[in-house]
Amino acid sequence: MDTNPIKVMPSPADLRPEDFRKIGTDEKEAEVIQRESISAWRDAWQRLRENKLAMTALLILIVITITAWVAPWLVGKIYGYNYYTNDLLNTNAPPSFSSTHWFGTDDLGRDMFIRTWTGAQISLIVGLAAACIDLLIGVIYGGIMGYFGGRVDEIMNKFSEILYSIPYLLVTILLLVVLEPSLGTIILALTITGWINMSWIVRGEIMQLKNREFVLASRSMGAGSGRLLFRHLLPNAVGPIIVTVTLSVPNAIFAEAFLSFLGLGVQAPVASLGSMINDALTGWLYYPWRMLFPAILISLIMLAFNIFGDGLRDALDPKLKK
Amino acid sequence: MVRYIANKFFFMLVSLFILISATFFLMKAIPGDPFTSEKKVPAAIQERLYEQYGLDKPVYQQYFKYLGDVVQGDLGISMKLINQDVSDIISQTFSASLKLGSVAIVVAIVVGVLLGMLAALYHRKLIDNIAMVVAVLGIAVPSFVIASLLQYVFASKLHWLPTMGFKGPLYYVLPVAALTAQPIAFIARLTRSSMLEVLHADYIKTAKAKGLGWMAILSRHVIRNGIMPVITYVGPMTANIVTGSVVIEQIFGIGGIGKQFVQAIGGRDYPVIMGITIFYGILLMLARFITDIAYVFVDPRIKLTKGKEG
Repeated sequence: MDTNPIKVMPSPADLRPEDFRKIGTDEKEAEVIQRESISAWRDAWQRLRENKLAMTALLILIVITITAWVAPWLVGKIYGYNYYTNDLLNTNAPPSFSSTHWFGTDDLGRDMFIRTWTGAQISLIVGLAAACIDLLIGVIYGGIMGYFGGRVDEIMNKFSEILYSIPYLLVTILLLVVLEPSLGTIILALTITGWINMSWIVRGEIMQLKNREFVLASRSMGAGSGRLLFRHLLPNAVGPIIVTVTLSVPNAIFAEAFLSFLGLGVQAPVASLGSMINDALTGWLYYPWRMLFPAILISLIMLAFNIFGDGLRDALDPKLKK
Repeated sequence: MVRYIANKFFFMLVSLFILISATFFLMKAIPGDPFTSEKKVPAAIQERLYEQYGLDKPVYQQYFKYLGDVVQGDLGISMKLINQDVSDIISQTFSASLKLGSVAIVVAIVVGVLLGMLAALYHRKLIDNIAMVVAVLGIAVPSFVIASLLQYVFASKLHWLPTMGFKGPLYYVLPVAALTAQPIAFIARLTRSSMLEVLHADYIKTAKAKGLGWMAILSRHVIRNGIMPVITYVGPMTANIVTGSVVIEQIFGIGGIGKQFVQAIGGRDYPVIMGITIFYGILLMLARFITDIAYVFVDPRIKLTKGKEG
């Protein structure tokens, strides 16, 4: 029995005053926070940083974005041509690093390296611009729906539901058939129903938040609707909003590529990744590189955005993590 | 129940009405009309043509006539294909698209659910990882890239499958694979997460505790509850496959509505574009309507009173 490692407490009768030690009376000390406090954002960032896959995706996105703007400019400076210069002696040249056309040329002798990266520029611009406009409209519309609730919500929600039930790509195609395709009209056509999803996310968040105590507190101190919405409610809903934006970028990029494929995207000689894939399709079995580089790049961009968005969701909302 | 269905049906009609009106007014917004061509037409003939097709009437009258025509299934005549009704063009090309689309939908559901189930049952094992890599790739890589890639590898290089056309079962393999990649990825992810949730539910523990065999638990409880979210996805998936087929038919040279649509867009054949848009709209809204109804029948937990969106 003596082998029991747990020390047996002396019975209260055996305790003497010497057994007690004064540990101070300063109650405040117990309340002092020992470690530096971590804000929700830093917490999320730390979680994100631990997610190697998401960080790789982020890195890829940064590298692609920088390359898309720097590479065509740099190579164009060195070799003295741009994305629509025709090298008619070298049409459909295969890719090689020994020639000036690293990714080869297309049927009009245009350099594929520069075209691929300027195409990536267009795709990124379309994706980001569409996502930003969706964000703006969706936050305002959804914020109003969620904040005011009741009749306003019912009518506005019904309206967005009807708009949503009209197939997205059909509306976009229809608009671009009528409007002349250009970067602006493409973005417009993509956002015409694209904001609805965002507005529903915002609406749901606001509806959950608006009955919380801090909103009541702010209201009782005389805050108006605008202040409540923009200073208190929306900042608290920012996590899901960011995730939705991130995940809507690849959707817009895909939709742009799809439209380019139908000949409704940016018009020649400007190229987007989608229109390049479409152009390459005719001679694809003979000149596979014309398809390969834009296809790889667009897949990589969409993959990276999707993975990064998923990672962001896990980081910002740890409850959702499985 | 009847009220719920009626409500859904009413809103489907409203959406459809908006789509048809939008197509009509967009068509009117385009400068020119079917009879302005390069060839000079004598003014008298021009007038006769306008009268014949009702283009001399005010826009609102044309609009109501158009609505009436659409209700009766008359979508106008093609501008490029002489003497061809748009509805004829659609009915001629629909069968190929229907075959491709229905096979794709079945394949997407079966493969997607199987993949998701395997991933959930072997959670954090090799199969799960493989399934999730497939799912991520399926969502990220655009369908037309997959289509071109498959065509290049399996048809052009390996000669295992036909490159183009639509003549027999073998011709289905590549288009269906390209068309279903994204839906399969989506369904697999949906099934996996909902099955994981179900597998940890209390009623599964109860079922185990009362000594039910593993197969019985799986078939009677896990799968039935696990594939519930997949049903909500059937509507959007139909939209996905229909719009996807536009491009896929073009790549594989399948003479379906999608190919017709691309040609009409390329040639700016407005009546055909509008007609096919309306046709697609009807198709997709019906799919969504049926999905909404089916979901209520399958899942008794859905509340009907307020016509809430699932």
